[in-house]
Amino acid sequence: METLNFDYPASQPVSRRAHVGVVGSGDLEVLLEPSPDQQAHITVRTSADGFGEIWEAVLDRFFARNDLAAAIEINDSGATPGTVTLRLAQAVEESQP
Amino acid sequence: MTAPARRRTRFTELSARERATALLDAGTFRELIGPFERLESPHLEPQGVVPACDDGVVVARGDLGGERAVVLAVEGLFQGGGIGEVSGAKIAGALELALRDAERGHPVRPVLLLETGGIRLQEANLGLLAIAEIHAAIVALRSRVPVVGVVAGMVGCFGGMAIAAGLCSYVVMTREGRLGLNGPQVIEQEAGVAELDSEDRRLVWETIGGEQRVATGIADALVEDDVAAIAGAVRIAFEAGPPAEHRSAQVGRYEARLAGIGASDPLDGPGLRTLWGGEGVGR
Repeated sequence: METLNFDYPASQPVSRRAHVGVVGSGDLEVLLEPSPDQQAHITVRTSADGFGEIWEAVLDRFFARNDLAAAIEINDSGATPGTVTLRLAQAVEESQP
Repeated sequence: MTAPARRRTRFTELSARERATALLDAGTFRELIGPFERLESPHLEPQGVVPACDDGVVVARGDLGGERAVVLAVEGLFQGGGIGEVSGAKIAGALELALRDAERGHPVRPVLLLETGGIRLQEANLGLLAIAEIHAAIVALRSRVPVVGVVAGMVGCFGGMAIAAGLCSYVVMTREGRLGLNGPQVIEQEAGVAELDSEDRRLVWETIGGEQRVATGIADALVEDDVAAIAGAVRIAFEAGPPAEHRSAQVGRYEARLAGIGASDPLDGPGLRTLWGGEGVGR
């Protein structure tokens, strides 16, 4: 198991929190809440060690397209980058008013 | 022209949270100790296991057939639905609160959605203790209001939580559901493939599958893997009220049944159905 932290500059506040997904094999859960500051903060706990660069690439791409001042916690059970991106998009959708 | 088929929503494809929502009357689902309370297990991360923010159990209040209800849904995808200190305490605590409500004259319908291999091995005795508390709570509660268990699949219900199912007033199962003290893989691992070939699906389901369990009176209702069918069976169970005598209280009856099985005669699923099926299996 490995814990990773990422931060991105952000300006758009999140209107409400969202929880999606399940910590089951090949899946993950995402907890999305308003950020206390003008940044996005992401904490990833993943069962698969050594994929920090992949997480960085997935999150870089996501936050290049989404300006979101959110505090995000991810509990991951070996999801693929595609699944991670879909779950993030689902969390954003759920957090819309 | 053919009538359009009624759209079936498979219960087994839903997450624990979705199952609880689907079972309760529309729009009444309200989660207690939800994901953002972050009541996760403190024992998993030190052992290199990623925790879940709800520890794999959803506690939901709402209405069931217009009556107040509490649904305890185990998430089978998280650690095989294994019960740990926290997830077990969520279930036991909710059942104890339901007992207090019942004692005050405000009964709440308790439903257990069981997708669990039983104890979560990483939490050892703490999980066992939690399961013992669940057992005690079910027994205390069931004389006042029926406690209904649902074993839909795909994990099934095993170990100490199979005992919990055995203590329930009524158990609803699907054909896909399995209910047994030891799971087939554990039996094969411990007693050898000659005892039980866990790959033999027909043998496994003939032994511990929903159809067999209902036919032999170990469970009460066999329903389709469908939200409406399961919700209907659960409501019917509550409307029936507590059974005259709970299954697990019928010690003499089951001792007599067991005495009727010769240890030297190999017994299979259909054989057990011949022995135990028929005569008033339901009660």
